[in-house]
Amino acid sequence: MIALDWYLALSAILFTIGVIGVLTRKNAIVIFMCAELMLNAVNLSLVSFSAHLGDVHGQILVFFSLCVAAAEAAVGLAIIIAIFRNNLSVDITRINLLRW
Amino acid sequence: MESISQLLHFFPLIIVTIGSLVVMMVDAFSKDTAKLYYLSVFFLIAALAASISDVFGPAGEAFYGMAVYGGTSAMGGVIVLLGTLFVVLLCKEYLTAIKHHVGEVYSLILFCTVGMLVLVTANDLVTLFLGVETMSIALYVLAGLIKRDKAGAEAALKYFLLGAFATGFFLYGIALLYGAAGSTQLTAIAEVTDGGLIYWGGLAMLLVGIFFKISAVPFHMWTPDVYQGAPTLITAYMATASKAAVIVALIILLGRAFPDIHSDWAEVFQVIAVLTMILGNVIALVQDNMKRMLAYSSIAHVGYIMVGLVAGTAAGYSGVMYYLFAYTIMNVGAFGVVAYYERQKGLDFTNMENYGGLGYKQPMFGVAMSIFMFSLAGIPPFAGFIGKYQVFAAAVYEGYIGLVLVGVITSVIGVYYYIRVLVYLYMREPESDTVFQQPGMVYKTAILVLAIMTIYFGIQPGALSEIFTQGFEQLQIMAATGR
Amino acid sequence: MVTYLFILFATLAIAAALAMVLNRSTVNSALFLVLNMLSIAGIYLLLKAQFLAVVQVLVYAGAIMVLFLFVIMLLNVEDEEAVLDKINFRYIISVILGVVVLSYLLYIAGSMADALPPVAEDMAQVGTVEAIGDELFSTYILPLEITAILLTAAVVGAIMMAQHKFK
Repeated sequence: MIALDWYLALSAILFTIGVIGVLTRKNAIVIFMCAELMLNAVNLSLVSFSAHLGDVHGQILVFFSLCVAAAEAAVGLAIIIAIFRNNLSVDITRINLLRW
Repeated sequence: MESISQLLHFFPLIIVTIGSLVVMMVDAFSKDTAKLYYLSVFFLIAALAASISDVFGPAGEAFYGMAVYGGTSAMGGVIVLLGTLFVVLLCKEYLTAIKHHVGEVYSLILFCTVGMLVLVTANDLVTLFLGVETMSIALYVLAGLIKRDKAGAEAALKYFLLGAFATGFFLYGIALLYGAAGSTQLTAIAEVTDGGLIYWGGLAMLLVGIFFKISAVPFHMWTPDVYQGAPTLITAYMATASKAAVIVALIILLGRAFPDIHSDWAEVFQVIAVLTMILGNVIALVQDNMKRMLAYSSIAHVGYIMVGLVAGTAAGYSGVMYYLFAYTIMNVGAFGVVAYYERQKGLDFTNMENYGGLGYKQPMFGVAMSIFMFSLAGIPPFAGFIGKYQVFAAAVYEGYIGLVLVGVITSVIGVYYYIRVLVYLYMREPESDTVFQQPGMVYKTAILVLAIMTIYFGIQPGALSEIFTQGFEQLQIMAATGR
Repeated sequence: MVTYLFILFATLAIAAALAMVLNRSTVNSALFLVLNMLSIAGIYLLLKAQFLAVVQVLVYAGAIMVLFLFVIMLLNVEDEEAVLDKINFRYIISVILGVVVLSYLLYIAGSMADALPPVAEDMAQVGTVEAIGDELFSTYILPLEITAILLTAAVVGAIMMAQHKFK
């Protein structure tokens, strides 16, 4: 049997890959995908806690987090479309009107 | 059918929810946007009345412990609804002037308010999470309202990407706390006092998410850009109502889930408060753009508010509530005046250089702006001073002298940039002879009411702060009896 | 058996995540994210959360990622020149931050080694549609209603942002 810490470690690794992706990538869509990866990693933690505690509440929290991810995806992609219409680019280094 | 009777305690939330849906539906079938404005104002006034009556009502838990009502929650609701109401009142004229008077704005503001009202009642990490997200998702869109403008769309993108990033940390914190406590209820988490690493890690990640939303240093990076790019009154909404909602949620979270480890989180809060006060005030000194200046000033105010949270006593929390109340009134007012100047054609009226001599052109707005600036600077006898005094007094009483000293020194630095606005308004020659459009009746009245409230609650703080103290004590009694 | 499957899915998930971050093409990144989500769905099955595994495939890998791909195609986003072309200050800071976060999280995970009992045999009864539905419509009725508002707000907001001009 795989113990809880393996699942948590996997979740931590995926979360970190997401964090590094958000911080290093320049393409707004990819940055957003990395943020989705972070949410996924957290969901994995929640499900593994839920399974080891023998408690359904963690799984319900994942259900809500899925809803939030879907809502964020809808709004986020709409914002990315709007910014693409303005700049003809989704590269965040080319979109830097506002600084300091 | 227990939950139906519990609905009675959530009238403000229900009214705003119904209001948001009604506004959305009417918007779909009607071309008349003005109608939506009146509808929103009507629903917000009704909700405000309901939530004021809730302040004097009973307090307790409802919906299987998912939410609390009465006490601090009800007062948080009052602050949020007050801020929202005034923003909506000012919105119509401003949005018409910048040619973005669209119906969706009202429904989104109301959806956002639903999120805030959920936030101030959250008694479970699930409710907290959903409240924050409902509020944020509506705000992402509102920030990018002027999407034709590069700055507007960019503000939305920046806010959104960083917000999604912070959501990851926030949710991770919830997951770890769930692992430590085996439940997401705040009272269940309070029973865990030494949950080991996972508990502390969860608390830290959760706080990172919350600090991002209230833009405490070092999680403030998005604030100036977003505040500058968003339409001015939406900025006012973000700076007041949304921050107030998150801070009230934070009070409930700290008061109900982490009361026993106060000395531990207070240390972290102290460091963040000092950083926030110093950085916010110092960078605000060099800003020439009015909205950016107010953005950094709002960061600084979060620092002062955190001083009250550090104290962690009923006096500290009620000071924070008073501060939030005062901050909401005076900041909506200040942004309202900026929004009025901004819509005059010809010059970029968010640039402070162009404020020369404006105080004489529109005497009423000049005087109102002076009142708001003095109050933001924390000069007596305005409401901002009382808030700051209560927060600092509570911290001194608990022995955080050094922290308060930093607060006082940074406030003195802060006076410079607030007074600088007045110097421009009254002591500089006007750059050009721009002819000013007259503000509408509602706009004038709203600003006037805000200015009067700023003075009134600076002179007569007694009754209000007593109510705030009682509210927090109710919350504590609830926590003690485990209801 | 569970151990081997876990190793398989975990390797797949990490490899897909890395490939997503390192890939130059946006479309490929999105497809790797789909692979990542499918392997996470597999891990949910190992944890006996069958309902969530199905929802993960339907909602995440299905709906959300199709939306992503749709937008990528719609905008016709060009590939980035190179992801790790030159090592600059930002990358170094990001990687340091990432390593700090990772070691911290792994440390936390390590502390949980024997904290909780292994997955119970009857866990499969906990993660059923009935069990989750029961809880959702009783204990979680308030959050469920808030989700309704959240999704409505997202739809209104998305339409407002994406429409070409205001009516």
